[in-house]
Amino acid sequence: MNAPAQHPPAIRTTCPYCGVGCGVLAKPDGRGGAVIVGDPDHPANFGRLCSKGSALGETLALGSRLLNPMLRQSDGTMARASWDVALDRVAEGFASTIARHGKDSVAFYLSGQLLTEDYYVANKLMKGFIGSANVDTNSRLCMASSVAGHRRVFGTDTVPGNYADLDQADLIILVGSNAAWCHPVLYQRMVANKRERGAKLIVIDPRRTATAEDADLFLSVAPGMDTALFCGLLVHLADTLSIDYEYVDGHTNGLPEALARAREIAPDVAATAIATGLAPADVAAFFALFTATSKVVTCFSQGVNQSAQGTDKVTTIINCHLATGRIGRPGMGPLSLTGQPNAMGGREVGGLANQLAAHMNFTAVDIDRVGRFWHAPNMAEREGLKAVQMFDAIGRGEIKALWVMATNPAVSLPRASAVRDALRKLDLLVISDNVVSNDTVNANAQVLLPAAAWGEKDGTVTNSERRISRQRSFLSLPGEAMPDWWIVTQVAQRLGFAEAFPYASVGEVFREHAALSAFENDGTRDFDIGSLAALGDAEFNALDPVQWPARVNPIKDESRFFADGRFFTPDGKARMLPPEPPRPEAPLSPEFPFRLNTGRIRDQWHTMTRSGLSPRLGAHLPEPFVEVHPADAAASGLTPGGFARVTSVHGACVLKVIFSEGQQRGSLFAPIHWSDETASSARIGALVAPANDPHSGQPEAKATAVAIAPVTFAYRGFVLSRARLTMPAETWWARACVTGGEGLLIASNDRPEVWRQRAAALFGVDVEIAEYIDTPRGSYRLAAFADGKFVGCLFVGPAEAAPQWDAVKLMFETETMGEVQRRAVLSGKSTEGLADPGPVICACFGVGLNVIRAALADGVAGNVEEIGKALRAGTNCGSCLPELKRIVSDGRVPQTA
Amino acid sequence: MATVRLVEELSRRALGRYAVAVIGEEPRLAYNRVLLSSVLAREVSQGEIELKPAQWWRAHGVTLMVGQRAVAVDSDIRRVRLANGATLPFTKLVLATGSRAIRLNVPGMDLPGVMTFRDLTDVAAIEKAAETHRQAVVIGGGLLGLEAAYGLAKAGLQVTVVHLMDRLMERQLDARASALLKAAVEAKGIAVLLNAETAAIKGHQRAEAVALKDGRELPADLVVVAAGIRANADLAAAAGLQVGRGIVVDDHMTTSKAGIFAIGECAEHRGICYGLVEPAYEQARVLASRLAGEDARYDGSVMATNLKVSGVDVFSAGDFIGAPGTEIVEFSDAGLGSYKKLVIADGKLVGAVLFGDTVDGLWYLELIRAGSSIAGIRDDLMFGRAFVERSHPKELAA
Repeated sequence: MNAPAQHPPAIRTTCPYCGVGCGVLAKPDGRGGAVIVGDPDHPANFGRLCSKGSALGETLALGSRLLNPMLRQSDGTMARASWDVALDRVAEGFASTIARHGKDSVAFYLSGQLLTEDYYVANKLMKGFIGSANVDTNSRLCMASSVAGHRRVFGTDTVPGNYADLDQADLIILVGSNAAWCHPVLYQRMVANKRERGAKLIVIDPRRTATAEDADLFLSVAPGMDTALFCGLLVHLADTLSIDYEYVDGHTNGLPEALARAREIAPDVAATAIATGLAPADVAAFFALFTATSKVVTCFSQGVNQSAQGTDKVTTIINCHLATGRIGRPGMGPLSLTGQPNAMGGREVGGLANQLAAHMNFTAVDIDRVGRFWHAPNMAEREGLKAVQMFDAIGRGEIKALWVMATNPAVSLPRASAVRDALRKLDLLVISDNVVSNDTVNANAQVLLPAAAWGEKDGTVTNSERRISRQRSFLSLPGEAMPDWWIVTQVAQRLGFAEAFPYASVGEVFREHAALSAFENDGTRDFDIGSLAALGDAEFNALDPVQWPARVNPIKDESRFFADGRFFTPDGKARMLPPEPPRPEAPLSPEFPFRLNTGRIRDQWHTMTRSGLSPRLGAHLPEPFVEVHPADAAASGLTPGGFARVTSVHGACVLKVIFSEGQQRGSLFAPIHWSDETASSARIGALVAPANDPHSGQPEAKATAVAIAPVTFAYRGFVLSRARLTMPAETWWARACVTGGEGLLIASNDRPEVWRQRAAALFGVDVEIAEYIDTPRGSYRLAAFADGKFVGCLFVGPAEAAPQWDAVKLMFETETMGEVQRRAVLSGKSTEGLADPGPVICACFGVGLNVIRAALADGVAGNVEEIGKALRAGTNCGSCLPELKRIVSDGRVPQTA
Repeated sequence: MATVRLVEELSRRALGRYAVAVIGEEPRLAYNRVLLSSVLAREVSQGEIELKPAQWWRAHGVTLMVGQRAVAVDSDIRRVRLANGATLPFTKLVLATGSRAIRLNVPGMDLPGVMTFRDLTDVAAIEKAAETHRQAVVIGGGLLGLEAAYGLAKAGLQVTVVHLMDRLMERQLDARASALLKAAVEAKGIAVLLNAETAAIKGHQRAEAVALKDGRELPADLVVVAAGIRANADLAAAAGLQVGRGIVVDDHMTTSKAGIFAIGECAEHRGICYGLVEPAYEQARVLASRLAGEDARYDGSVMATNLKVSGVDVFSAGDFIGAPGTEIVEFSDAGLGSYKKLVIADGKLVGAVLFGDTVDGLWYLELIRAGSSIAGIRDDLMFGRAFVERSHPKELAA
């Protein structure tokens, strides 16, 4: 009776985007794609997904993938190579570089996109066997200041609370976090608490973002002045006798010094208001609300972290929670929201240059312990170079071989153009990635290694609440792609470390990582997942999401940390530290009078290599832009929807101008997602100053001094094509994925005649061309067809009446189009509601066959004369009368009852 | 054709006011000349192109005198004399004598096998010749010549069109539409020679070749001359009416003598002899109104061509070339076989050429004639009436 199941069951896995770590159910469709829904049983999201997560199914195509190892040839081209040859080349390259220049002449640059197991193997190889700590990661750009803040206050990189606290809090404070766009599922959880329990929401951000929409109080703090605000709060807590001295005295050190410094920075409401640029009443309201609410969670994100004083910002936030004892208990505590799917896993592994492994550090005891566990002959003995310093060292020629995994530093690092130039100086640049081309690959990579992507790779990730979830494979490995842990293992074996790198499965790696976390731990280190060290492969594969610690012998409930006041410092007490007086690193000047803030947009992710494959996501904000306050814009001669060149000492971009009241005067915002692959001039990293936090090394990505000036393009337009097209130099363009192909939004000063000359060649020689030319209006449009199929189009028009692509994009979704659509496609407008009149029968009055047939079918006309009366057809020259007669007689088919 | 329309209009306005007699030289009821090539191509039968049956004429009280040639008009005594010697008195006389094909002034024009293409008699002669002849040359790349060539090609002959000018239908089409038409004609297996001036028809007993001025000789056992038409104005001239290129008429279609009118291809109005059906119908309408005692005048027609040539729809109207100072908007889609050009001056549509897709020709003609601003719909104008009405419901309602 029941047919056997036709489809494989949905695979439980974890979303590859932000640090919320939502559970995903992926059901492969058998054609390389999958149906994606939220996992109702995952405690991070309970079935919800954001726009990016929902669109994951649209990002699985292989068009942009690197599918084979590739080696740079002597003539500069890349050629396919076998895995053996490519791995030998990597191993020999690293070995010979180390032999000639020492172990610190090589480095790994990793990514929060890697799985924990990938991270573990890479970290072990570099720190235990090569003997250098030159392992850093793009997490340095993301949450290093949180790590540093946690470590110097708590003694460990510990996130004290849980997501569940957001359900139970009575006050949620978001600092430097556009959670509505960047952590949407978690944000909706906060909004639900507000709606259902009446929790208050305070948003502290220089920019009025989407997150501010739901806020009870929005504090448009001056850039970089969060520290002053929380110093003012600490003073206010002291002055209103709201400090929990029992907790402070029992479990912390340093309040007097921290408070004294706070009084210097922000002695009262008025001083705080001046320092932060806020209205005194708003400051007072914030202080009062915090003081009066014991269940308060303070979430912080890149607005806090990406600062030359990020560690101080984190510290001052935590200080307020420690001073009130509001930490580690339900509904309260500081909560760092991480930006990447596995920044936390990387931190657990120790995959940062200033960590050793498994939350152990470069102390003699830890180095000895890890060395014994790994049987490592050559332990690194001091911290390595953090990202910015690492690329500086590459630029100076000190690092000569670099292996980049799953990240794109030529786009994302500060002073990205200098980084790209530095990469070109390397003797050996190895890249493991999914994509065949990106800005880093194009910076003279010598070896490309095809890595497994999300949906193919298998292992674990950890989200912002310390929850380890499985990323499972539901698609087979395409081409010759292999998991990163396997690739690193192969190189380690070729370097002579086969005994220490025997891994044949990802489960083996995970078990070793778990065992290391528990090795000589006995509750002395926060990170301990020893209970998972004995999982069999089947158990590992079936592992449910699990929060750490997961000790073999739990001594107490550790679902939250620090409620008991025991910290992982030598004396067990938290260290409340005084911050430096706050100030942005780079001073403004008449030449560079604006401060550039950077960040993410709702529907894109990092450099768009995955999210950029989804037409749905590409439709939200398809062009790289800069947001400007209308008054600043007017003063700078900008026009809404026009273009501007944003310039810093380090580089320049040309971006579309958006007027935004949510932008502070003197401050600009530009998203980070575009690269040279996706836009002509929008690599924001190229502008960003390399200033970084002295403790965390995290760059100040949100406070670069810049200038802005209008750029005028007389013509605007778009291109749709099935295959990738290259635009001529001097053309401004932004690439976006559209259903059925790629779209380019373009702007240019080339006249339509020039576009017409180059258009013919754009879509190849074997196409039929349709054109619309209104030269006096500055309008040129072309559509290309191959075998009757719509293969591309180009629309150019005057900037003030730029062609819009929405209707054409819809037509482009299908290859074939009816005649009505084809006749009107160059109008750029929808053909909805247009009937097809059919071939013309009466030329004089333009009456089509379908119209005549309809008149006959509807009984409007029954013979040639009546057709003439109703439609005028045949009443002029009469040359269609014989044809009309035939249509009438053909129409007299027997009627069925 | 003009006569049929005149009788139709007149009987609608003033049935019974006049006793009408129609004199026709051809021995048959009036038929649709536009379809001659379709008859030649055997797409329609000879009977199907008859405009009105005999009982229609009777029902409208018309005395039909077909196969009767009018040989003289005495305007003083108001009589028409027929070839058989009979005379007919009239109070009003309408001359709708049409036009005839020009015969070239070159040697050999009188050889057997050289024909014109103007009426059903010509069609019958060509059909008969086509049964035994294989190679035809059509002299003239205007509408008539192309229609004849199309009909001959359909009948199975090898056809070459010889045209004096550098492009086909130069009076109705711009260069690009002409080029497209040439390609369409050639696609039907018809050879086209441009800039080709006929020097002579060669042959002994009958036509054997067409010799061109450049020295080329085209073998041909059938030659169809379609190099233009001339108004049939001899009758009027002999009667003392003012005649230029045609019978000169005023805005009321009245000739130089009161009570005598001329319409259709024989008439010259404001210096123009129209060779198309549309102006003839307009003139018939105006004259019918006048004869019915109404006030009406003919101001001339905006030159519009709207027809099927060799199976391709073409349309042109107004200043379709685009005089200096005008603005041109073009559309083409090779795959659809469509080319359109709109000419705009001072925010008004002043001309149009359509090739392939002529659905909106009449609408463009209306816009040209109306002379109202199209500024608000310019960007959509090219995409046709239905499109504009959908996108600008208010614009057109206003």
